[in-house]
Amino acid sequence: MARHADPVFCPLGLDGVLVRFSRVLTPETNATAHAFCDRAKTAAIKGVTELASSLTSVRIVFDPDLTDRQSVTAALRELLDDLQSADTSARRLWHVPVAFSPAHAPQLAEAAKLAGLTPDQAVAEITGSVVRVLAIGFAPGQPYLGLMPAHWDVPRQSDLTPSVPRGALVTAVRQLIIFAADTPTGWRQIGQSAFSVWRPDSATPFALEPGDAVQFSAVSDDTLRDLQANTDTNGGARCEVLR
Amino acid sequence: MPELTIHSAGPGVTVQDLGRAGWTAQGLSRGGAADRLAVLEAAALLQADTQLAVLEMMGAGGVFSVDMPTRIALTGAAMQASIDGTAVAPNTTHLLPAGAELKIGGARQGVFGYLAFAGGIRTDPVMGSRATHLTAGLGRVLATGDTLPLGADPAPDSTAERLDVADRCSGGVIRLMPGPQTDLFDDATLAEFLATEFRRSPRGNRQGVRLDHDGAPFAAKGGLSVTSDLIVTGDVQLTGDGVPFVLLAECQTIGGYPRIGSVIPADLPRVAQAAPGTSMQFEMLTLAQADATAQSDHAILRSLRAACQPLIRDPHDIADLLGYQLIGGVTAGDDLESD
Repeated sequence: MARHADPVFCPLGLDGVLVRFSRVLTPETNATAHAFCDRAKTAAIKGVTELASSLTSVRIVFDPDLTDRQSVTAALRELLDDLQSADTSARRLWHVPVAFSPAHAPQLAEAAKLAGLTPDQAVAEITGSVVRVLAIGFAPGQPYLGLMPAHWDVPRQSDLTPSVPRGALVTAVRQLIIFAADTPTGWRQIGQSAFSVWRPDSATPFALEPGDAVQFSAVSDDTLRDLQANTDTNGGARCEVLR
Repeated sequence: MPELTIHSAGPGVTVQDLGRAGWTAQGLSRGGAADRLAVLEAAALLQADTQLAVLEMMGAGGVFSVDMPTRIALTGAAMQASIDGTAVAPNTTHLLPAGAELKIGGARQGVFGYLAFAGGIRTDPVMGSRATHLTAGLGRVLATGDTLPLGADPAPDSTAERLDVADRCSGGVIRLMPGPQTDLFDDATLAEFLATEFRRSPRGNRQGVRLDHDGAPFAAKGGLSVTSDLIVTGDVQLTGDGVPFVLLAECQTIGGYPRIGSVIPADLPRVAQAAPGTSMQFEMLTLAQADATAQSDHAILRSLRAACQPLIRDPHDIADLLGYQLIGGVTAGDDLESD
């Protein structure tokens, strides 16, 4: 029997509705939010100008000259039926090379220990997982990836690391991030890629889309150096189209 | 193409327009002018459209010149300005002759001043906008020696126009609308928040401004364990230590701090233009009250355009009336600008 998603509809700005499927992030609530965002895009609701999904919600932006909150909300409610049966499989799978040596993963040992693992086990779990882009945000193109298994529920460190480089792979709270830019952070750096998720001068400024799948592969420091030097390959990241 | 030369610049001069909408899903906030109304006012005065790109001057202006005569307008924060030593009034069009020195000083009132040219700044758009987005690394702060392409003024000899603009640099009561996390604050906390007088902190930039107050910090239920969610410009976010920040044009797109509500777009320019120390208090509208204030950029521009008036000077304000050619018919127009 089809289940009905029962989200909360909230205002988010004068020109926006936020449809929130849960206050708690799980793979299911994230997939439901993405499926709803896809469905709303396809529905092409009159006056809707922008859609954005986050971890557990979707923001729908409308033009107040063309429609209003009530009309948009009513049209969105029509799209909730049988949402769980939507195809939430990834459209694309990205393969991203990452160096995990101590020079490029200064906090791998610490993060692994907090997850109850040795560094080798931690790398094996990361490279053996296919994670999803749960949301893109904070910085342009920057993906929140997950969810890793429950033992990766490692809190952010209380002190900020003053600067972690662009392309760094960091972790906290069952998630991984590839940093879009050099940034201070409370997340622990457990690897380094040469992948630029945000290239404003490129024809495709944003590499990743919400819902994409990502798998990391371990490479040597020498390979990483070559990938960093050869900017044509975008860090050796390879995109495989699945559907 | 006409060219603007920057002979000197304050520390926060950037090219801005109404921003780059449509990229929230990819993590890029709209950006654009911190005081969007000021861009629309300039567009109304210069009969430009909503694509107009201008210079935003945070705190202080600079010294500028152009190589072809063009009408200009200064909007937003009140900044002392002159063309070759002759004072220039704000919210009024002026002809800037080729080679003349346009000098714009520090903000006397407000924070963000705007300098607009009738043909607009014509840098190459990136992703549909010319707006500099500093946190995203799109464009950069302008510096001495920079030059920028301008569009030609289609009608440099047009009659000067002015626009009466209500003061928006003095804080006051700022209207909020409820948001997705307003219910994380209990009634007592919300009542306390709305009864508190805040002061704009010296800490602020294009991303947001911090508000200081006397008394206890404001805590949300669940505090630091709120799942990160989508943010919009105008959101009032309470950081981990319970200090409010009003988020401006270059805010992040997703955040984990609880947000008590969102400043309605009509009042956000008053937050952006509140200089450090300015008092502000919040009023919470119902959703219906807030929605009734919604106006598209085009609608705002239309009403501003209708409010523009030809500049007619009161003879009492003209010190050397007898020196004026009162019966000779058409003048060049620029003599009206000379005080």
